Amino acid sequence: MTTKAARLFRRMDGLFAVYKPQGVHWKLIRDTIESNLLKELNSCPPPAPQLAVKFQLLSSGENNGSKDLILSPSMLPSLANHPLVTGPQFHKVHVGVGHRLDAFSSGVLVLGVGKGNYVLEHLCKSHVTRDYTLEGEFGRATDDFSDTTRVIEKTTYDHVTQDKLERVLAMIQGANQKALITYSQMDLRTQEAYELAVKGLLYPHGKSPPILTGLRCIHFNPPHFTLEVQCVNETQKYLRKLIHEVGLELRSSAVCSGVRRTRDGPFKAENALTRQHWTADCIIQAIAHFRKTTRKIRKSGMYRQTDGQLNSSAKIQEQIRSEIGQSDQEHVELTSPTSDRIVDRVAPGTG
Amino acid sequence: MGLDAVVRPSPLQEISEEEAIQIQVPSALPPDSFTLKPYVDQSETLSKLVQLGVNLWELEQRPNVGSMLVRLDFHADVAPKLLFLKDLGVEESKLGTILTKNPFILTESLDNLEARVSYLKTKKFSQESVAVMVSKAPYLLNFSVERLDNRLGFFQKQLGLSAEKTRNVVTRLPKLLCRSLEPIKENLKVCELEFGFRGNEIQHIVTTVPKVLIANKRKLTQIFDFVHNTMDVPHSLIAKFPQVLNAKFLRIKERHLFLEYLGRAQYQPSQPNYISLDRLVFLPDDVFCSDVALATLEDFERFQKTL
Repeated sequence: MTTKAARLFRRMDGLFAVYKPQGVHWKLIRDTIESNLLKELNSCPPPAPQLAVKFQLLSSGENNGSKDLILSPSMLPSLANHPLVTGPQFHKVHVGVGHRLDAFSSGVLVLGVGKGNYVLEHLCKSHVTRDYTLEGEFGRATDDFSDTTRVIEKTTYDHVTQDKLERVLAMIQGANQKALITYSQMDLRTQEAYELAVKGLLYPHGKSPPILTGLRCIHFNPPHFTLEVQCVNETQKYLRKLIHEVGLELRSSAVCSGVRRTRDGPFKAENALTRQHWTADCIIQAIAHFRKTTRKIRKSGMYRQTDGQLNSSAKIQEQIRSEIGQSDQEHVELTSPTSDRIVDRVAPGTG
Repeated sequence: MGLDAVVRPSPLQEISEEEAIQIQVPSALPPDSFTLKPYVDQSETLSKLVQLGVNLWELEQRPNVGSMLVRLDFHADVAPKLLFLKDLGVEESKLGTILTKNPFILTESLDNLEARVSYLKTKKFSQESVAVMVSKAPYLLNFSVERLDNRLGFFQKQLGLSAEKTRNVVTRLPKLLCRSLEPIKENLKVCELEFGFRGNEIQHIVTTVPKVLIANKRKLTQIFDFVHNTMDVPHSLIAKFPQVLNAKFLRIKERHLFLEYLGRAQYQPSQPNYISLDRLVFLPDDVFCSDVALATLEDFERFQKTL
């Protein structure tokens, strides 16, 4: 008979997303979630105590009439398996973290529990794009590119207008498109490469520096401005440096006051768990919600390992991308799917 | 070749009752082990401790505590101390947790324990307050009389409180008497110099929330910085509601930003729609959303995901 704790533990297998608050290290979140899961598992009632044969001095039965004490065996509960002696039933739950977020950033953080950790590896290698919202402020430059560290220089920003900003963003995006084509190691003069590029399925093979596949300005209210970025292979420091470089290109300076990840592959912010919901039952519900996406990621990972050819893996990537693309169209912030943006921007970038 | 010289009886040989009684059976207990599990059933001390609720697994992780517990004799060492604690007024349900936190009560001599309790009674602590203090800070009675005296004197002098108020503070947080004094002195200096609280404000804060004295200095500074500089709350209001210094920083930050987004961040008592700091911090999430922010819990969660 399986105990309640064992049944609960078997349900803790899969991926889910958590919304990381700003200022908190990712390791603290991982430890909090692990201790919450362990607390729930260890609060299940322990198994019944085992019985052991013990010899006790009991008085003999009434038929003898005398009060002799004789040794007689009886089954008594043994204290050796008491939970206060053996300790808690579960000591460790394997909780792994997907693409990490540093302490300054906030946003969607993918975590894997139990067997989901194997799928995390496939997710990291599967070239999924990530969506970030970057908040910037003109007028200052700091050594860490964020707004809390030491200020190095102060500049004016009155000359910055929205179309100058758009021009700078277009130039950056053109450079990134060129990098994407170079690192995808595909000759664009072939027909199949052209078709992939039209559909927006080019992605870098092997190791590559951070590449932005999409970039636009959502909000411009000098000195504050907000950019929306889709990128591959990035770190949060690179994105803060991007804001700094935007400021430099506009002949001013800028610091980043917030980096927020709104999407990590197929995991979006709407389904991410906030701090109040980091309990075992909410996590198990979230794992059940993401079961289909987890299965798809695992299957695509298996195909990529067995089949090294470009075409078939491209087909699987296309399948995942189309699902992400369909769900992207429901996403409020994006107005056009990724493929359109690439076709638009190639012309002014190369021109 | 010498084996044939030894005559060994066969195990199926019949022997008389007297010979059977004289056979020595070696004890099945292992001479050493990593856990207390093999000894629990045989040892009276250990089984009685488990029945009291002492967490033996936790205690055997600490170095040398396991061997000390196995060597104790129940009737000579453990029983007198347990009766002493019961006479003091400590509840039986709490005995297990006290012994789990501090097993060295059982090795302290009974005279020392009685001397320390009588010292506390001369300082006019009532019987119930001594019992409460021992259950909250199990290491209290392991400290010598001079050390307790030193600490009580320090608190009375440094905080400038009357004897009655010092007793009240120490009864609510007896850990103050167990810890070292350097971090407490640093916290007091930080309150006075860095935060800029006046003497009587510090006294009021400490009597309302004694935990400020042993709080982490960096976290305290972070909370005070946010409340005073970002939320623009003056010193007098913070001193009036010191619970805010004890709260979690992320909670204060998210709730304040939510109220600011809704336009309801009003912390001055003279203005309309005033929100007191203790209501900001103390209320659970659903009550906060419905009463203070006048919004739904889902709105608050959606807002949290935009921070």
